[in-house]
Amino acid sequence: MSAGHVVDAEPYEPVFTGETMAELERRFAEYPNKQALLLPALWMVQERRGWISESTISEVAAVLGLTPAYVKGVVTFYTMYHTHPVGRHFIQVCTTSPCGLCGAEDTVRALLEHTGCGEVGATSADGRFTVVEVECLGACGFATPVMVGDDFIESVTPEKVPELLARYP
Amino acid sequence: MTQELVTVTIEGAQVQVPKGTTIIEAAKQAGILVPHYCYHPSLPAPAVCRMCLVEVEKAPKLLPACVTAVAEGQVVHVSSERAKKARTGVLEFLLINHPLDCPICDQSGECELQDYTFQEGRAATRYRDYPKRYNPVEDFGPDILYVTNRCILCTRCVRFMDDVAKSAVLNVSERGDRAFIGIAEEQLLDHPWSGNVVDLCPVGSLISKDFLHKARAWELDKTASICTGCSQGCNITIETRDDAVVRLKPRPNMDVNRHFMCDTGRLDYRWMNRGDRIEAPLLRQGTKAVATDWDTALDRLGQLTGGSGRAVILASGRASVESLGLVRAMLDGFDVTAAVRVPTGPEAPLAGIPNLALRSERAPNVHGAERLGYTRDWAGALNAAGTADLVVVLDASLDAEEEQRLQEVKGALVVLGTVVADFHHRAELVLPVTTMAEENGVYVNRDGRAQRYMQARNQAGMARPSWWIAGEVLAGPGPDADAPATAAQAFEDVGRRYPAFADLSHQSLGWVGQTLRETAGTAR
Amino acid sequence: MGFPHPSHPGETVVLSKHFGDAGARTHAGWVERGGYEGLRKALGMTPEAIIEVVKASGLRGRGGAGFPTGLKWSFMPKDDGKPHYLVCNADESEPGTFKDREIMRWTPHALIEGCAIGAFAMGVERCYIYIRGEFTEPWAVMAEAVREAYAAGTLGDNAMGSGKPIHITLHRGAGAYICGEETALMNSIEGRRGNPRIKPPFPAAAGLFAMPTTINNVETLAAVPHILVRGAEWYKSLCKGNPKSTGTKLISVCGHVQRPGNYEVMLGTPMKELLYDMCGGMRPGRTLKAVIPGGSSVPIMTAEEAESALLDYEGLIEKGSMLGSAGMIVMDDSTDMVYQIMRLARFYAHESCAQCTQCREGTAWTTRILERILSGKGKESDFDLLLDLADNMTGTTICVLSDSCAAPVVSGIRKFRGEFEAYIRRERAPVLELA
Repeated sequence: MSAGHVVDAEPYEPVFTGETMAELERRFAEYPNKQALLLPALWMVQERRGWISESTISEVAAVLGLTPAYVKGVVTFYTMYHTHPVGRHFIQVCTTSPCGLCGAEDTVRALLEHTGCGEVGATSADGRFTVVEVECLGACGFATPVMVGDDFIESVTPEKVPELLARYP
Repeated sequence: MTQELVTVTIEGAQVQVPKGTTIIEAAKQAGILVPHYCYHPSLPAPAVCRMCLVEVEKAPKLLPACVTAVAEGQVVHVSSERAKKARTGVLEFLLINHPLDCPICDQSGECELQDYTFQEGRAATRYRDYPKRYNPVEDFGPDILYVTNRCILCTRCVRFMDDVAKSAVLNVSERGDRAFIGIAEEQLLDHPWSGNVVDLCPVGSLISKDFLHKARAWELDKTASICTGCSQGCNITIETRDDAVVRLKPRPNMDVNRHFMCDTGRLDYRWMNRGDRIEAPLLRQGTKAVATDWDTALDRLGQLTGGSGRAVILASGRASVESLGLVRAMLDGFDVTAAVRVPTGPEAPLAGIPNLALRSERAPNVHGAERLGYTRDWAGALNAAGTADLVVVLDASLDAEEEQRLQEVKGALVVLGTVVADFHHRAELVLPVTTMAEENGVYVNRDGRAQRYMQARNQAGMARPSWWIAGEVLAGPGPDADAPATAAQAFEDVGRRYPAFADLSHQSLGWVGQTLRETAGTAR
Repeated sequence: MGFPHPSHPGETVVLSKHFGDAGARTHAGWVERGGYEGLRKALGMTPEAIIEVVKASGLRGRGGAGFPTGLKWSFMPKDDGKPHYLVCNADESEPGTFKDREIMRWTPHALIEGCAIGAFAMGVERCYIYIRGEFTEPWAVMAEAVREAYAAGTLGDNAMGSGKPIHITLHRGAGAYICGEETALMNSIEGRRGNPRIKPPFPAAAGLFAMPTTINNVETLAAVPHILVRGAEWYKSLCKGNPKSTGTKLISVCGHVQRPGNYEVMLGTPMKELLYDMCGGMRPGRTLKAVIPGGSSVPIMTAEEAESALLDYEGLIEKGSMLGSAGMIVMDDSTDMVYQIMRLARFYAHESCAQCTQCREGTAWTTRILERILSGKGKESDFDLLLDLADNMTGTTICVLSDSCAAPVVSGIRKFRGEFEAYIRRERAPVLELA
């Protein structure tokens, strides 16, 4: 629910200016309407800001001719969009059945321990990591797949966790 | 234009319906209600509640009646074992997280979840081992609360705002059983037509703050009426509890307002409950006004209207066709200037429905008045009133300056009024009349459609409809069988006097009204 | 080939030939390996002739439903003056399935070529390839390949000098399993919540942006260039005897086998051969307990059923399951079936779009019951309850996500009832603690 939502920094700096706006506008040509640019625009926001705030939701709505409520309904449908700030390195671990069969939950425990996040969904005190469990990452033959930011790492076992984390200061 | 018809059998009843009709609508024509939540005839059908699943012979799966078009020879079973099991299943799923707070829920008594559960739900829950989902109540807008826990996610409200109001301020947020109806921080549910989401909500999830805990549904008396908010003429129901109006609801009329009404009209009912009413006829004697009986009052009115010269009528745009017509007829001996008051305000269309808006003419019967010889030239009539021999004020609301001017008129002043006002002390005669909520009558909307409204509450004190007063005067002094005794008779009397209303009757207007033959003379 | 393992002689390597070969990723490398010959050939044919070839090959949709591809293409209206769209479903999210990922990672141009052929055959204004948001590496590879294809003139307003426009746009998902359902995917491209739509209308009549649309899986489209180059007869001949199931199929195998990976076999290959010869069988000292053969949404098979099944559309239906997306989840005798079924139910509860009542509430309730059983608080009456909920959740909703949640519960209870009973009768220690 809206309770506990996080407020953006003030004053709000728009995302879609200059080259970012130009990039979005170039993509308009590939779709018959602006609404279709909603997912791409949200990705552009998240790539630049790390998360999607109420203010950026309003901005995206204005840029695409939608309402903030509409955009919010879409944002909250898709689990990869962050509606609150996350750690510098966002770690997603697949724990769906195929990976679960192969020890994914041990990998999660190792990640929680070595990042200092403590629990799933939490951000480490130093702001470096957030660890979440996610449903099927689509690499079931390479259990356990882990995403750190946009990096996709296959076959992560608890033993490999310290070395893996060391690559993300 | 001939439409291709198909014949289907629903619950053993054969019906012929136009090709393309959905099963749910065809069933309605066969007199069968297919239980449903998300479907609404004025909204696009998403087929998500899955309550209207019916068994269609030869179809392997149950089909949603709300989006499945009928086919020739189709045989539909609404109450087969399979269909009933599916509905019982849906009801159980809807109830696992629904609070059992009916005793404090405004929807109780008119709740479709209650009704269908009573009909076909399980007697006891099988969801015993877990707490119900809990979320706090959200404030959605000036008049609307969202009780998240009661929501069954039918999305009628979201679709109304998206597709009918064309103002997508509501959404479905999140996924799965975490989903709820959401709103953006900065955009409230304050659209001029937003109150309709409360009507559309089949459960007590979206509720009106104005009606909050005011009455239980089963305590309400409901009366068919017409909204007085503007010249659109939305069909409404006036709902009273113990003779007090507690809310207004839209009443379906596909040609006028479909299933909707605006918030301005919806919330404009408190005047119907005003207590500062003129309770008895007041007759001027010297410097004093004394209460009198109707016989005396009508005799005096007969004297005043029996003269000649110039007369002015200043009428409310809420006055009925019957009252406007007979009051004007009562002054036939005079050279009459009749004007109707038309307050104005901004127009607020309901974008998704053609020809439906809160109109800038904020009076329900301007167009009826015009057909009865009243003009909108209020200022002209007020000027004329200054020197006229007789001025009749027919329940018009006046500002302070206008009241002052009426105190200075040269001729006789007669007031047919509902509430007490200062300028009444100048009047020869003050007669208590009913509000529209206390009488039957007819209004003509901006499209020339004559529509009836019914008496929703008792008249205050000795108040009588204005048409009754005028009818008695027209019939002459003494007991008179010719004077109209009912609004229906008064309406027919008006029909004999004014060609625009010839050959019509309350009965012929029915419940949905009728467009008048000629609309010439209607100022647009 | 059984990527990441070397090819096995039992495989028939067509689509996976260049898996692991980084040289095949570039436009030049792809052309060197015979790439874009299929497109060149197609551009010299009439659209009708292309569709006839695809029809004749017997190619069926590799995303799960197995609908004949040529027939699907032929449903697109001709000369209706409307824009047509081809959508490639690269939202591979069915647990157990990871084949499209490898096609995009290693042979991006095979997919582009297949899309281009389909686009030309169906008079398509633009082809959208919808790639799930988590596939960052496949996305990067595909993006570079599309850029190259435009630069080389293979795509564009004058594709391969044919005078015909062929355009491809990549569209990124953002984390929603249900967007793999074709109508949900179209909603997602349109910038909506990924809610499945009611059918009719079918996509060929009103699909993406309400225009005639065909939607095909990555593997389906990647097979098309091979069919164009080598002919329908050749493709049809890749057959173990069932003429309704022709061609090769990438089988993703995961779970408790020695060599999980993608194996490309002719349809009709015995599952036993795949499991034991190609994948090396179970881990040492373990025996097979169960297989979910077609991605997590299909009924669970016992070891006996699996070992006697043929891997094709009909063969698995015969054994009470389905080929689906051919993502095989293999479970050995160490597996706690109740836990795994709970885990699947939890997956569906997480992914339910929230539209249909039965799915929204039923997936969550089913999960809760299974969690309760695993926490040692199960009851004998839970069997009836779970089966009744599953019955209410099956065949009653817009899409089949609800059915998919019910399927493993029903087949799990039927085939592994004893494991549930062990928890319910407290013969087995609880493995979950409920809050």
